[in-house]
Amino acid sequence: MDIMNVDYSTKIPNNVNLADDRQVLKALEGWHPGYIDWWQDMGPEGFQESLVYLRTAVSVDPKGWAKFDYVRMPEYRWGVLLAPQEEGRLVNFGKHKGEKAWQEGPGEYRAMLRRLIVIQGDTEPASVEQQRHLGRTAPSLYDMRNLFQVNVEEGRHLWAMVYLLHKYFGRDGREEADELLRRRSGDADSPRMLGAFNEKTPDWLSFFMFTYFTDRDGKMQLESLAQSGFDPLSRTCRFMLTEEAHHMFVGETGVGRVLQRTCEAMKAAGIDDPYDIDKIRTLGVIDLPTIQKKLNLHYSLTLDLFGSEISTNAANFYNAGLKGRFQETKIDDDHQLTNATYPVLKLVDGKIAKVDEPALTALNMRLRDDYSEDCAKGVERWNKVIEKVGVNFRLQLPHTAFHRQIGEFKDVHATPSGVIISDAEWAKKRGDYLPSDSDAAFINTLMKPELEPGKYASWIAAPRVGIDNKPGDFEYVKIAEAA
Amino acid sequence: MNAPTKELLKQHLIDPEICIRCNTCEETCPVDAITHDGNNYVVDAAICNHCMDCISPCPTGSIDNWRVVSKAYTLEEQFSWSELPPQAEMGPEEAGTIEALEQEIESLLEEARSGLGGKPVAPHSASRPTVNLHNRNKPAVATVTGNFRLTHADADSDVRHIILDFGDQRFPVLEGQSIGIVPAGTDAGGKPHNVRLYSIASSRDGEKPNTNNLALTVKREPGGVCSNYLCDLPRGAKVEVTGPFGATFLHPDDPAANIIMICTGTGSAPFRAFTEHRRRSMPDAPGRLLLFFGARSPQALPYFGPLQKVPDKLLGKYLCYSRVPGEPRVYVQDRIRSEAARVAALLKDPNTHVYICGLKGMETGVNEAFADVCRGGSLDWAALRTTMRESGRYHVETY
Repeated sequence: MDIMNVDYSTKIPNNVNLADDRQVLKALEGWHPGYIDWWQDMGPEGFQESLVYLRTAVSVDPKGWAKFDYVRMPEYRWGVLLAPQEEGRLVNFGKHKGEKAWQEGPGEYRAMLRRLIVIQGDTEPASVEQQRHLGRTAPSLYDMRNLFQVNVEEGRHLWAMVYLLHKYFGRDGREEADELLRRRSGDADSPRMLGAFNEKTPDWLSFFMFTYFTDRDGKMQLESLAQSGFDPLSRTCRFMLTEEAHHMFVGETGVGRVLQRTCEAMKAAGIDDPYDIDKIRTLGVIDLPTIQKKLNLHYSLTLDLFGSEISTNAANFYNAGLKGRFQETKIDDDHQLTNATYPVLKLVDGKIAKVDEPALTALNMRLRDDYSEDCAKGVERWNKVIEKVGVNFRLQLPHTAFHRQIGEFKDVHATPSGVIISDAEWAKKRGDYLPSDSDAAFINTLMKPELEPGKYASWIAAPRVGIDNKPGDFEYVKIAEAA
Repeated sequence: MNAPTKELLKQHLIDPEICIRCNTCEETCPVDAITHDGNNYVVDAAICNHCMDCISPCPTGSIDNWRVVSKAYTLEEQFSWSELPPQAEMGPEEAGTIEALEQEIESLLEEARSGLGGKPVAPHSASRPTVNLHNRNKPAVATVTGNFRLTHADADSDVRHIILDFGDQRFPVLEGQSIGIVPAGTDAGGKPHNVRLYSIASSRDGEKPNTNNLALTVKREPGGVCSNYLCDLPRGAKVEVTGPFGATFLHPDDPAANIIMICTGTGSAPFRAFTEHRRRSMPDAPGRLLLFFGARSPQALPYFGPLQKVPDKLLGKYLCYSRVPGEPRVYVQDRIRSEAARVAALLKDPNTHVYICGLKGMETGVNEAFADVCRGGSLDWAALRTTMRESGRYHVETY
């Protein structure tokens, strides 16, 4: 079997030799119609018949990795693609460190492993659901195409997790796979598993912030799962990471282009004060303080995804060799963390303080710190955009204690700079820190579709480079309105 | 004599303004040529072997940047960048076999040569080309001194012979090279138009001997920005020109070289240049010139009249028409097949060069015809084609 080439002889493109794995193939073929129903119900609304210039992986080999063509989204070839198996790979951390990586799920950790996969899997369809209305207000065909690319790849990531469930977890796995299609983002009775994935994505600035901040959590989670001693999970996540990179790109450049446009419009109108909000809004662009508020919201919601500061689950996953740290193999230590400590921000006597905790139970925090560091670099790039146009304003990440629903700081209110304030003061200031109803209403007035190739809505700059090197006026989506 | 070449390097670089530091390239690179610091992802020129594995997985396109340099940028230099340095100006003597210095032109030429099935190689006996003397920021300004319709007034297609004079600006060209035309004005988005490439249809010493001008063969395309711009230019109009470009699809200067030229439509431009150069500089050359030229009808065939006057001794002409009422449709590949014996004999000769120029669609048919001819002559076209390409004797430029 040629591991580098995808098998299209079955309904499901794959490089895991499904054709000879009749049982799993049958299970997946049974799951497939339900998936397509879910996609039709909950996928991008109103554009299922449109031809979208999408990238499809036809092989995990770098040269066959990205094939671009026009596709109707329901006909996208969602498949099961794993990074090539590394000869002699070992479990690289935890108490099984040094053992051969597992090709089958280890019996004693089955339930734990299944839970990890289900949590990851649940986020994938959730974001498609959250973003399903956005196509209607796309600021350009280019952005619309990027949205749909993100959506189909989240769909593929769901497939990737479902394959693992079917292949390694028997009847339990099949039931979990069905549940992934049953839960709905924001549904009162059957919500998605994690909070941030039940929030609305009401407008395109939120979409860009989501892909920047929340998909970056996805990147961190995938990266630490790619360290797993369970080799099929590791290989799956490694390939998913290459797709996830596109989502980071959409977020980082999306916000960057909004900033660019706002700053340029301010300059052209001779406005120097970024807080002259009313005047700036009349230019048809989003003022920088509002962008900061959106950033505050999405960053703080995403921090909640990393869970409690102190977590025995995280310690157990690590000990068991199932989920490692970000870039585990590049860290220079014993990879068992038996006696190590890690500084964690906690609430001590009503004050924010750093406390040394056992490194094993603080693993969520370590991953979150790596995440914040990664986020901060992109924010710096955004600041360069602002600086280059010559506007005096800097974006920054809010403090860890700001606007939290989970963990140490969930019962207190803190300002973005990390000062704890009273409930009354928070109520007064909230609108300065987080998007208010009037901010949302203003942004909504800008959310008008721009469907002419090469044209962009008033509030966002054109990208510097086209997708697949296409020229500026390329028709990324050939729209066919659903009857 | 050619000047000694200074070794130039085409260095692979990552645009720090576009890169999002996703690490995909570093993860993908099979030889670990890519690394990063807190600021930038960078490519180590000492390790990168141009395998291109990193290009398609990059989500941003930032990875697809190249600079021609005489000394590679170090990792430290690259770490310090907040934007890519501009392409340094290269003297024409330095360019070597690099076809163009700008990425925009380079990718156009790469696309045109994609039918080659490998790296293009210049004929050994070709003169050394000058490349990229003028670019978008520093274009040459040529004056239109002629603009004639080549196709019959009744023909659907409007193909024109346009003469551009460079006055006292230096613009040395070789047969087979192209120039870039920058259409005046901007596109709907307010940006300057893309540069379009046109093959030079005249000899290196000018449309008439010892003039500082050149000719183009331009077909008016419905809705085409550049072709309409050019076709409508009156005498005396000024045009911005970049180039010259191209360092492989060149005329072999060896008089013993046989040249099989296959073209359709305006793909005839370089072959007009080849033929004219032979006629002027080595009329008694022992090498044979054959031209397989396809068009819909004699009326639509550029240079039909002048071609009739070229003696068969200089040029064997095989004109093929696919839309003459009452006659079977004949394509270039059909004529290649009907001349099988002659073509096969030439292909066996190590002095023979093949050039294909025209629409992309012609490649497959021509290749199959050569394969058939070769089978009949106990040759293996696939192997021969590779050998010919590697020795600079097989050339494709299609669009």
